[in-house]
Amino acid sequence: MAPSRQARSTPSPISPFTSLANLLRRSQRARLILLIAPALLIIGVFMLLPLGLMAYVSILERGINGGVQWGVHTVDAYVAFLFEEDLLGNLAINPDYLQIFGRSFLLSFVTTAACLAIGFPAAFYMALQPEKYRNLLIFLVTIPFWTNLLIRNYAWILLLRSNGLVNESLMGLGLIDAPITLLYTNFAITLGLVYSFLPFMVLPIYASLEKLDLRLVEAAFDLGANKRRAFQRVIVPLALPGIAAGCILVFVPSLGAFITPELLGGSRSMMIGNLIQSQFGAARNWPLGAALAFALLAIVLLAMMVYLMRFRRPPGTG
Amino acid sequence: MERRNRNPLWRFPGVAPGAAFFFAYLYLPIFVLIAFSFNENRQATIWTGFSLDWYGVVLRNDDILSAAGNSLIVATTATLIATSVALLAALAMARRRFRGQDGVSAVIAFPLIIPEIVTAVATLLFFVAVGIQLGLTTVIIAHTVFCIPFAYLPIRARFDGMDAALPEAAADLYANEVQAFRRITLPLLWPGILSGAMLSFIISLDTFTITYFVAGPGATTLPVYIFGMIRIGITPEVNAISALMLVISIVFVTLSYLIGRVRR
Repeated sequence: MAPSRQARSTPSPISPFTSLANLLRRSQRARLILLIAPALLIIGVFMLLPLGLMAYVSILERGINGGVQWGVHTVDAYVAFLFEEDLLGNLAINPDYLQIFGRSFLLSFVTTAACLAIGFPAAFYMALQPEKYRNLLIFLVTIPFWTNLLIRNYAWILLLRSNGLVNESLMGLGLIDAPITLLYTNFAITLGLVYSFLPFMVLPIYASLEKLDLRLVEAAFDLGANKRRAFQRVIVPLALPGIAAGCILVFVPSLGAFITPELLGGSRSMMIGNLIQSQFGAARNWPLGAALAFALLAIVLLAMMVYLMRFRRPPGTG
Repeated sequence: MERRNRNPLWRFPGVAPGAAFFFAYLYLPIFVLIAFSFNENRQATIWTGFSLDWYGVVLRNDDILSAAGNSLIVATTATLIATSVALLAALAMARRRFRGQDGVSAVIAFPLIIPEIVTAVATLLFFVAVGIQLGLTTVIIAHTVFCIPFAYLPIRARFDGMDAALPEAAADLYANEVQAFRRITLPLLWPGILSGAMLSFIISLDTFTITYFVAGPGATTLPVYIFGMIRIGITPEVNAISALMLVISIVFVTLSYLIGRVRR
């Protein structure tokens, strides 16, 4: 066989492409690096580097007409977050921004809790279905995720505004006499956030319930547990990793939400995302905007780390 | 869980109504929006009769058409780059274990976990600092970055479901590596590649926040234009263009789902 192989490889024409191919054939490592490099380079240069730059901008002096003064360092942005300078030049505590952070946390917590309350039964129901329906149901859960978030939130304006569908229906039923204010409230924001991120709660819970060994639940029944007890003591504990993943996947984007509070919230129910955006719009304070975005990033990464340490076993121990 | 719902022991109270509520909540606003897009009344939320007029108005609006054109240019370019890059990375990642592999996975998934507003701010600052004029190019670059994980994950999933013995069998039958890749690996991966490409296309088409930050004047995409319209007021035009975008996305996802299900 050896001579024929020899014959097969000789007539290959020499071109830059073939010599590169030959190099790659010889070195597994070069090939590996060449294949991965483009993806890492794009994400590195246009995502990781900009995030670093953002941290740097947060300690720069603001430009007079927006922008920043490169090379002029100050911690003004971080001071401005907590304090405001009065006319005499004294620093007084300014609760405005803290209040916006507080509201963002509160609304995100409520959103997460509501998603769990609505999402768990749905995931449980899906996990109990025959296999052929399950895939269809999962598909139905994922469809909204792939549709435009802006438009899905806009749809709620049609439902919630004073002559919208909800008010018209309630008045038609005689439950209320005059339209009630639903739009531009914290309630509307929460409704929109739950709507936006509900699939993120259902899918991970479904994934852990689907893998659940039903014999464990049956064992609980055999040992005299009623449904409630079996649910509390067996099903929920075994679904806990999915619940934790779902909560983090809902909480993180809720905290950084921009579109939902922008469309459904009023001027008095700003969230962190709107505050950040306003620094690049009307307020023209880029360093403060960068500092706020950096604070949000830090909170999100911290939440992810806590989650990973608590719920992901190190590889090899599973 | 197997088919145990027949057994009354497995009927937990409140589960089925809860699921019904969940799906109603998920789909009601979408149906309402689509229904209202066929409303003939100028008042966007009062139903008076069926009409396709507003779709005509939307499709004759030059600003909407040029925004849609921008969206298509951005989505096509970003998808082509992101999918090629993701395919290469998936080829390397699936082949064998190597040191730093988990790190590479984390970097590729990174754009998924960062809140969009943070990415938007960072990307804007980067372009300003480097001195790149904001426009379609900056939008394409920004979209490519977060399309990579969406293109990568389906390709990777397809790889994991692939029989590793098939390319080896091709090698045993004297196919060289390029031949084995073109004739065996690529056809088997094709549904994953197509599925990933379609998902990045929709994601790019739908993304608002990042585009809003890095699109200069003249690079308005459809979502940014719609946002401007909503700011001005609730009009039947907004309903029609929104319904149109929803339907396009749903058709795309459904196709992607069906392609992804092609037998392995």
